[in-house]
Amino acid sequence: MLMIVVPVVIATLAFAWWFRESNTKARYLPDWAYSGRVEFVVWAIPVLVILFLGGIAWIGSHELDPRKALPSRVRPLEVQVVSLDWKWLFIYPEQGVASVNQLVVPAGIPVHFSLTSASVMNAFFVPQLGTMIYTMHGMTTQLNLQADRPGVFHGLSSQYSGDGFSDMAFEMHAVPADQFAGWIGAARGAGPVLDEQGYAQLARQSENVRPFTYRAVQPRLFEAVATEKLAPGPGPETTDPDAMVSPRTEG
Amino acid sequence: MLGKLGWNAIPFDQPIPLVSSAVVGIVLLGVLVWVWAKGYVPYLWSEWITSVDHKRIGVMYCVLAMVMLLRGFIDAMMMRTQQAMAFHSPGYLPPEHYNQIFSAHGTIMIFFVGMPFVVGLMNFVVPLQLGVRDVAFPTLNSVSFWLTASGALLVNISLVVGEFARTGWLAYPPLSELRYSPGVGVDYYLWALQIAGAGTLMGGINLATTILKMRAPGMSYLRMPVFCWTALASNLLIIAAFPVLTATFAMLLLDRYFGFHFFTNEAGGNAMMFVNLIWVWGHPEVYILILPAFGTFSEVVSTFSSKPLFGYRSMVIATMAICILSFMVWLHHFFTMGAGADVNAIFGIVSMIIAVPTGVKIFNWLFTMYGGRVRFHTPLLWALGFMVTFAVGGMTGVLLAVPPADFLLHNSLFLVAHFHNVIIGGVLFGAFAGYNYWFPKAFGFMLDERLGKVAFWCWFVGFYMAFVPLYAVGLLGMTRRMQHYDVAAWHPWLLVALGGALLILCGIGCQIAQLVVSIRTRERRRDLTGDPWDGRSLEWATPSPPPSFNFPVLPDVEGEEAYWGVKQRALDAQRLAEEPEYHAIEMPRNSPTGVVTAFFATVTGFSLIWHIWWLVALGLLGAFATFVVFAWRDEEEYEVPVEEVARVDRARRRARVEAMPDWRRPA
Repeated sequence: MLMIVVPVVIATLAFAWWFRESNTKARYLPDWAYSGRVEFVVWAIPVLVILFLGGIAWIGSHELDPRKALPSRVRPLEVQVVSLDWKWLFIYPEQGVASVNQLVVPAGIPVHFSLTSASVMNAFFVPQLGTMIYTMHGMTTQLNLQADRPGVFHGLSSQYSGDGFSDMAFEMHAVPADQFAGWIGAARGAGPVLDEQGYAQLARQSENVRPFTYRAVQPRLFEAVATEKLAPGPGPETTDPDAMVSPRTEG
Repeated sequence: MLGKLGWNAIPFDQPIPLVSSAVVGIVLLGVLVWVWAKGYVPYLWSEWITSVDHKRIGVMYCVLAMVMLLRGFIDAMMMRTQQAMAFHSPGYLPPEHYNQIFSAHGTIMIFFVGMPFVVGLMNFVVPLQLGVRDVAFPTLNSVSFWLTASGALLVNISLVVGEFARTGWLAYPPLSELRYSPGVGVDYYLWALQIAGAGTLMGGINLATTILKMRAPGMSYLRMPVFCWTALASNLLIIAAFPVLTATFAMLLLDRYFGFHFFTNEAGGNAMMFVNLIWVWGHPEVYILILPAFGTFSEVVSTFSSKPLFGYRSMVIATMAICILSFMVWLHHFFTMGAGADVNAIFGIVSMIIAVPTGVKIFNWLFTMYGGRVRFHTPLLWALGFMVTFAVGGMTGVLLAVPPADFLLHNSLFLVAHFHNVIIGGVLFGAFAGYNYWFPKAFGFMLDERLGKVAFWCWFVGFYMAFVPLYAVGLLGMTRRMQHYDVAAWHPWLLVALGGALLILCGIGCQIAQLVVSIRTRERRRDLTGDPWDGRSLEWATPSPPPSFNFPVLPDVEGEEAYWGVKQRALDAQRLAEEPEYHAIEMPRNSPTGVVTAFFATVTGFSLIWHIWWLVALGLLGAFATFVVFAWRDEEEYEVPVEEVARVDRARRRARVEAMPDWRRPA
């Protein structure tokens, strides 16, 4: 695209300068307002570019469809993601554990995410890994990612979701497979149990939540959230009537 | 009695909104006292507030836009300062306020700066270019303007009474539903835009009817200046798109006021329906804004190159193609919804196809300059700045239209930089070009060129300094609307962006100075002939400022570039055409209908926001009564006597003859 934009910019400035009023060497063509050949070219250039880029868009959309499984001989790890006000819940259904604001995955193995939202819309995004995707209440989106090598990556919500939005960040740790197994084992050994009561408590608004893990997760909890069997996040629970008409800064 | 309204609605503990609104209040009060003391009230009332003259209404639209530009720009400065400070720190704006500010910034800049500016230019220019005396429905035009002003007033009231929306400028549910936004902010947003949107829709109907039904004799569609074509396309889009906005907001209002479930989380509501509908309006909206700007640039480039527009028919086809295509691309605003590869690819490709007619336009402006005699006046500088800037903005737009690229850049500051690139570089530069170009026509004297050029350079350089860093941090993964952040790599870029915003501030300062200086020295800036730029279309065939009836005798159009043709014939003969036969002219009477309707609309909107139901009833009753009084009027026109018509035209002809030796002959 730069191949067109740069010449156009240069031509704009060059034409304007060369045909300035004070330049007596420039030819004045007061009635030159149509040329079939020029018209043909000015339509043809953008059409050809868009044909080319349209092809890229078509192929790219299919190749990089977030739903499409990544080519790999290993079975992908399942992770279920729930965005809450204002933190992230990651459920590992096969391992039966869950964590908040911390995502640990094995490096070199594809991860299949199923995502939904407990309340308002958010977008799950780890910039260094690629594709972002919305989380929406009552709906499930799917995403396939893979961290090729171990590392710690910054993850965030890239869809504005209210007052606590700026702190809706999490760390994604891609670790070697044995270390991942160790982390799962440690998670199973400590922390609370994520059942319906625990989920209702978690769904209440809170900001800057420190990462922690759940040692066990009630089966099919994600499905209950995604199909609206569990109540949506309660939203602001202030009882201060002043705060309802004009926001007050706390503290 | 007063619904939810109480003293707790005033943020006494918040110095920033309180002090700023106090300052604005005192300034407003000062202006009112000054106007009253000077005895200007009757003049303002009869010549402006109740005027149904399309030129006066057009000017008032532009004034509203410029005042709101200041408000929106203050919001922008606060955001840039906050983000420059908020690295490892909470900054000086807590999220509750920061979130209101970016929501208000977007809402104001689109609905109360962009829209009134382009609508104002269209209102002023289109009837003049078509060679007619007014728009199709003059009083409705006044109602449209005052309803827009009413919406703007409500947004500004929210600064001090209650709060504004904290949801972003499009108020996506479920965040904007009662459960997650129980305050009055979203209600302010919704009612302000419902009222302004009704005004915009009526204005669109008015101008489209004018263009379709009221052209001067001989002005066939393919003889209309390109600005009229873009105005037609823009107003057709308004008529098609704004009802969608009104209906979408009506559904959200039903959710919020009556517990409906269109977009809620419970009971089968679907928030993505709102997102689809709002962009079915929202994407045409950006073309509603940009098309008249394209039209302005077409006029400016052609006039200042002393050449007809290159490829006029191509331009018309491109304009109408954009008009239709703009309705077929809305999904590219949310590729990340996960709609699937086929849907994403198709919407991506259609979005790119819009780049074809747009690219053609750029090339045509380029070839309009080719072989011209380019005069570097301020309007042309804005046009050149636009062509350079818009080419870049278009390129980043095509990039974002590739779905896999959008998966990485959606909602990032790259996206923010892109749409500011096209809206500032396109719409705003277009509005400023038009402002400098048509100002002498509106007021009869020229704007200062030197300050105008300094303002341009401040804006142009400031724009790049403010938004190139945002492209960069967007590529570094910074998402929009962040109140604070901890990523060190972003911080220096945001400091540079603040510097760019400060440079734009200098540009705005120069523009204010330009206006003040020009008004003070207006006597030696008079435009006597009505044609200061050696123009080509009919608005230059009448005195500056034009009389209320625009043309003493309706022009007879004999080709494209109607006025250029007249001038060439006069040059060939070395004298003006024969003096025509003058007749008395009937013009519509002034009417306070618009301002009174808008007063009641404001009252209704405000009481709906605060749940003051008796006042709602009163407001609606008042608006209806105003309509009834207007509908039962018995005198609607007055007559301009034939002597007055003849006097105006003879004065212009005299000035024209005196300027005869200056008439340029194409070499």
